[in-house]
Amino acid sequence: MKPTTSLLKDLRHHSLFWPVVALLLIMLFNLLFTPGFFRLEIKDGHLFGSLVDILNRGAPLMLLAIGMTMVIATAGVDLSVGAIIAIAGAAAAVLINPALGRELVTSDKLIEDVTQTPLWLVILIPLIAATVCGLWNGILVSRANIQPMVATLVLMVAGRGIAQLITNGQIITIYYSPYFYIGGGYLFGLPFSLYIVAAVFLFAWYISRKTSVGLFVESVGTNASSSFYSGINEKNVKLLAYIFCGFCAGIAGLLISSNVKSADANNAGLWSELDAILAVVIGGTLMSGGRFSLVGSILGALIIQSMTTTIYAFGVPPEVVLVVKALVVLAVVLLYSELVKVSMDKLFEQKGVQP
Amino acid sequence: MKLSKVLLFIVALTTILSVIGCGAAAPAAPAEAPKEEAKAEAQPASSDKKTYEDLVVGYAQIGAESEWRTANTASIKEEAEKLGVELKFSDAQQKQENQIKAIRSFIAQQVDVIGVSPVVETGWETVFQEAKDAGIPVILVDRRAAVPEDLYATYLGSDFVEEGRRAGEAMDKVLEGKGKIVELVGTVGSAPANDRAKGFREYIADKPDMEIIASQSGDFTRAKGKEVMEAFLKSYGKDINALYAHNDDMAIGAIQAIEEYGLKPGEDIKIVSVDAVRGAFEAMIAGKLNCTVECNPLLGPQFYELALKVVNGEEVAKWVPSEEGVYYPEEAEALLPERKY
Amino acid sequence: MPNTNDSLLLMQGICKNFPGVQALLDVDFSLRRGEIHALMGENGAGKSTLIKVLTGVERQNSGKILLDGKEILAKSPLHAQELGISTVFQEINLCPNLSVAENILIGREPKKFGSINWTQLKHQARQILDRLDIDIDVTQSLGMYPVALQQMVAIARALEISSKILILDEPTSSLDARETEKLFDVMRKLKGEGLGIIFITHFLDQVYQISDRMTVLRNGRLVGTYDTAELPRMDLVSKMIGRSLDELEDMTRFKHETGKRIAQEPLLEAHQLGRTGSIQPFDLELHAGEVLGFAGLLGAGRTETANLLFGVDSPDHGTMTFDGQEVKKFSPLNSIHRGMAYCPEDRKADGIVGDLTVRENIVLALQASQGWFKFLSPKKQTEIADKYIKLLNIATPNADQLVKNLSGGNQQKVILARWLATNPQTLILDEPTRGIDVGAKTEIQKLVLELAEEGKACIFISSELEEVLRTSHRVMVLRDREVVAELAGGELEEKKIMQIIAGS
Repeated sequence: MKPTTSLLKDLRHHSLFWPVVALLLIMLFNLLFTPGFFRLEIKDGHLFGSLVDILNRGAPLMLLAIGMTMVIATAGVDLSVGAIIAIAGAAAAVLINPALGRELVTSDKLIEDVTQTPLWLVILIPLIAATVCGLWNGILVSRANIQPMVATLVLMVAGRGIAQLITNGQIITIYYSPYFYIGGGYLFGLPFSLYIVAAVFLFAWYISRKTSVGLFVESVGTNASSSFYSGINEKNVKLLAYIFCGFCAGIAGLLISSNVKSADANNAGLWSELDAILAVVIGGTLMSGGRFSLVGSILGALIIQSMTTTIYAFGVPPEVVLVVKALVVLAVVLLYSELVKVSMDKLFEQKGVQP
Repeated sequence: MKLSKVLLFIVALTTILSVIGCGAAAPAAPAEAPKEEAKAEAQPASSDKKTYEDLVVGYAQIGAESEWRTANTASIKEEAEKLGVELKFSDAQQKQENQIKAIRSFIAQQVDVIGVSPVVETGWETVFQEAKDAGIPVILVDRRAAVPEDLYATYLGSDFVEEGRRAGEAMDKVLEGKGKIVELVGTVGSAPANDRAKGFREYIADKPDMEIIASQSGDFTRAKGKEVMEAFLKSYGKDINALYAHNDDMAIGAIQAIEEYGLKPGEDIKIVSVDAVRGAFEAMIAGKLNCTVECNPLLGPQFYELALKVVNGEEVAKWVPSEEGVYYPEEAEALLPERKY
Repeated sequence: MPNTNDSLLLMQGICKNFPGVQALLDVDFSLRRGEIHALMGENGAGKSTLIKVLTGVERQNSGKILLDGKEILAKSPLHAQELGISTVFQEINLCPNLSVAENILIGREPKKFGSINWTQLKHQARQILDRLDIDIDVTQSLGMYPVALQQMVAIARALEISSKILILDEPTSSLDARETEKLFDVMRKLKGEGLGIIFITHFLDQVYQISDRMTVLRNGRLVGTYDTAELPRMDLVSKMIGRSLDELEDMTRFKHETGKRIAQEPLLEAHQLGRTGSIQPFDLELHAGEVLGFAGLLGAGRTETANLLFGVDSPDHGTMTFDGQEVKKFSPLNSIHRGMAYCPEDRKADGIVGDLTVRENIVLALQASQGWFKFLSPKKQTEIADKYIKLLNIATPNADQLVKNLSGGNQQKVILARWLATNPQTLILDEPTRGIDVGAKTEIQKLVLELAEEGKACIFISSELEEVLRTSHRVMVLRDREVVAELAGGELEEKKIMQIIAGS
C-alpha cells in the first residue's frame, strides 16, 4: 500500500474531516459564484465583509453549539435554549427600561439613551436567569429522571411565555447605546461578540480537557451506569452540563438582543435549538452521547451560518430557501453515514491499489 | 448574473399572473363605505332602532398573541366604554374550542351581535348556524372564516393587497418613479406576505424604472430583517436605492444594517414598510424611514358602527376594509403621541 | 480419519484471512448425525470465525464445506438456515416487547391475503415449542419470561422443520444450573431426533456433561477432535491453552498458604444489614487477606448483597462498619474513598464504558475519587494504563484502543485494572470470569489470591461453584434473597454447598 493512501485514509477518518470539507465546499461555491464574498475592507476602523458577517451572525449559534455539545455528550438534549435566549433578552431589555414592559405608554422619556439599572446588572441578571433555567432543566433530567427531550420541552414552551410575561407581550426597543457594544461593537477591528465566543470556547475547552470534566461527561454519556459504579456522580455531571448550556444560551440572548437593539419574546432565538443541535451533529458529536468535539461544533455552527449567508448573498428565492438548506444539511449528514464511509474507502482503496 | 435574469423573469411572471388574478377579483372588492354619513345616521335613532347605549355585543377574541393583537383588544374594549356599549368579552387563548364555547354562551345570553376573530379559518359552520338560528348576526373581524356568505353579516379587516399597492404608491413617491428596490418578505406563505408582495408588484408593474432586484424572507422579525439586509448590502451595495419591508420590525432591523454598512437609511436607501407601529414613527422622526402604510389594529370604532348598522337591519357590504392610513415623516412627530401600539 | 459416511457436515481445509490476521488455517471439522459436538478454544482461537464461515457471515478463502455429501456455500445466515443450518448467536437478538409467537416466527410469518394470519401464527409457534417440550403461553410478551425460556425461544426461532444442524454459541452464559439443565434436556431431545448440534461454551463442566465429541482450536489451527469420554479435563485445558497445566493444583496450595495470613480483626462488618425487597438482613465479616465467596443461584441475592456493601443501593436496615468506623454515607464514591472496589456483574451495562479508550477506562475510578479538578495528565494516565496492561496481560494494541473492541476477557481485565489503580483495600468481584476463556479465567482466579496475599480483602461471587471453592477461604451461601449458611475450612465441599443451595 502506498503511504499516501493511508495518509489520506487517516485524514478521512479524522473526526473533523467532513465538517472541514463541507465548510470548504461552501466557501468554494462562494468563490466561484458570489462575487465579492471574500472582499474584506476596513470601514469605520473595523473589518467589514461577508466573512465577518458570518462570524458575527454566527456568534450566538456558536455559543449555543458549545453549550449543546456538553448536553448532547451526556446523552441528553436541550430544546429550551431558544426560549432561554428570549428570556435573557427580555430580562435585559426590561432592566434597561422597565416602564416599557408594564404598560402601553407613549413618552419621549422612553427613548432617552439611559438605563434604569447599572449595565453590569443588566448583563448579570439575565445570565443568572438563564443559568437558573439551565439548573431547572438539569434538575428535571438528573434528579427527576425525566427524558431530556421531554424535560426541556417544558421550558421550551413555558420559557417563551415567561419572556412574554417579562415584556408584557411587547417587542421592547432598547435605546441604551453602551448595551449595543456587546452584540454590535468592535474591538481591534473584529466584532466584540467573537471575543465572547472565544472566551466561552476557551473556558469550555479548558474544563473539558484540562480538568476531569471532559472525561466524566464522555463517560456518563457513553454509559451512565458504569460511570456511577466507578464513583462518578453522574447526576451532577448531567446537572452541570445543563447549567452550562443555559448559561451559554443566556449569553447568546444578550448578544442577539444587543445586536438588534430590541427584545422580541416571540421571535428571538426561535428554532435556534434545532440549529444548535444540527451544528453539534454536523460537528461529529453523536446524539447518543459520549465522545464530543467542541471544535467540530464550532465548525458545524459556521457551516450553518455560512450556508444562510450564502443563500442570502446568492439571491435564492425565499420560497426555496428552506429546501436548499435542507438539501445541504442532508448532504453533510449523509457524509457521516456508514454507507458513504464504506463506499469512499472502497473508492480510494481501488485507486490506491493500482500499480 | 444569469440567475438574476431568471429571478427577474419569475418576478415578472408572478406580477403578470397576480395582475390577471387581481383583475378578476377586483369587482368583488367593495368600495369604501361612506362612514361619516353612516355615523350621522346612526346617532338620531328612532325608538325601535337600537342605539349604542342599549347595544349588547359579545366579542370572541383570539387571545394575546402579539403586540398588534393587544392593541386590537384595547381598542375594542376602550371604544365600548366610550360609546356605552355593553361588551361581553372573551379571550380564547388561541384555541378554537374556547372561541366556540364563548359564542355559544353569547347565544345563550341573547346578545344583539357577535364579533369574532376566528383563530383558524375552518370549522365554524355549526356554531355560526346556531347564531343565525338564534337571530344573532356575526361580524368577522380581522380574520376570515371559510363559511358560506349567508352565515355572517360582514367581514371587517385589512386588505393586504391594498396595503401592498399603497406601499407601491408611496415607494413611487419617495423614489420619484425610478430606482432599484430590495424587498424583505414576511414569513413565506403567510397571507400578509403573499398579498403585500402581490399588491406592491401590481402597482410597480407599469413603472418600468422601478425594479425589484432582490427579494428574501425576513420572517417579520428584526433579527432576520437585519441579517438579510446585511447580505443584500454585501451583494448589491450602493446599487440599492430603496427597501420595501413587509412590516416595520424588519425595516427597523434593516435600518441598523444599513447604518452599520455606512449608508444613511432614509436618504441613501429609501425605506417603505407596512404596519405603522410606534417604532416606525420613531424611525420616521429620526429621518430613517420614509413611509409606513398602516395596518390598523384599532378596529373598535369601525366595529361598533358596523354592529349597530347590522342590528338595525341596514345594508352593509360583505367586506368592509379597515380604515388605514399612509404616514410620512412630516406627520410622524405630531402623530407619535397618539399612537397606541 | 473420521468416517465420512455418517458425517452430516464436513469442513475441509478451511482457511480465512483477515487483513493482517490468519484467523483460520487449514481447519477440518466434522459433525455426525445425532451428535452434540463441542467446539473448544480460548478467545481468538477461531471458533467464532469457523461458525461465521459455516453460516455465511464470512466467506472462507479456501477449503470446502460438505453438507450431506454435497458441497455448499452459504451466502448469508438466512441462506444457511434455508440449507438446514440454524444458529443461536451469543447475544440473544429477540424483541422482549413482542409476543413469544411473534419472536419465533418473525420474518416468516404465515400470511393470508398479504396480512399476517394470527391464528396460524400462534398455531405454528405452539407446534415448534411442542417439539422442544416447552409449554408456555405464546401470546404473552417475551420479556415476561425468564432468560432461560427466552433462550429456548431463540432456539425455537432458529429451528426449521428441515433443520439438520443447530449451532449454539455460548447459550448458557446467562443461565443458572437449573436453567442450564432444562436447556440440556432440549438439546438431548433434538439430538435424539437426529440433529447435529455444535455447542460452544466456556464451561468445561457442561462440555463433559453433554457433549459426545469435541474439537479443539488454538490460534486458528486445529489441535484435534476427541471423544469426550476419552479426554481428561486437564488434558483438554492444556490443549486449549497450549501448555501443560498444573496451575489448578498450584492454586489450591497457594490458597492454603494465603489462608494462614488472614487478619484477626474484621475490616468490614455488617450487622443485620438489609434492604426491603432486595436482600434480607444479614451479618457479614470480612478480614484483610481473606477471600470470601458468595455461592448461590442466579437471583439468590448475591449481587444485591454486593450492591449494598458498595453503596450502589442504600440499606434500610442494620449497620455497617468499615475499619471500625460506622458507615453513614452509602454511594460508590464514598466506598471508593474508603478503599473499596467493585467489579459489577453485568460487564457490558455497568462495567465498561465502551466508547472510551482502554486508558480512560482504567483511570476512570481513580479520577473519580480524585474529583473534578485534580486532573491526571494524559501522560500520567498513559503511565498508569501501560502499567496495568502489562501487569494484567491485557491484549490490546495500545492504551488508546476503544475498550469495546476488546474481547470479553480483556474487557474484564480492564475493569480489574480500573479498580487496582485505585489501590483498594477491599475488592468485590461479581462474576469476574463470566463468558471469558479458560486461560483468562485462571489468571483472574490467581490474581484474586495474589491480592489476598498482599493483605487485601476480597469478595468473590460466581455462579460456578467450582471456582468459588477454588479461590475462597470462606463461603456464604445465599438462597432466595437470604444468607442461609456460612462455611469455612473443611466444610467447603461442593456437594454440601449444593445441598444448601437446593434447600434440602
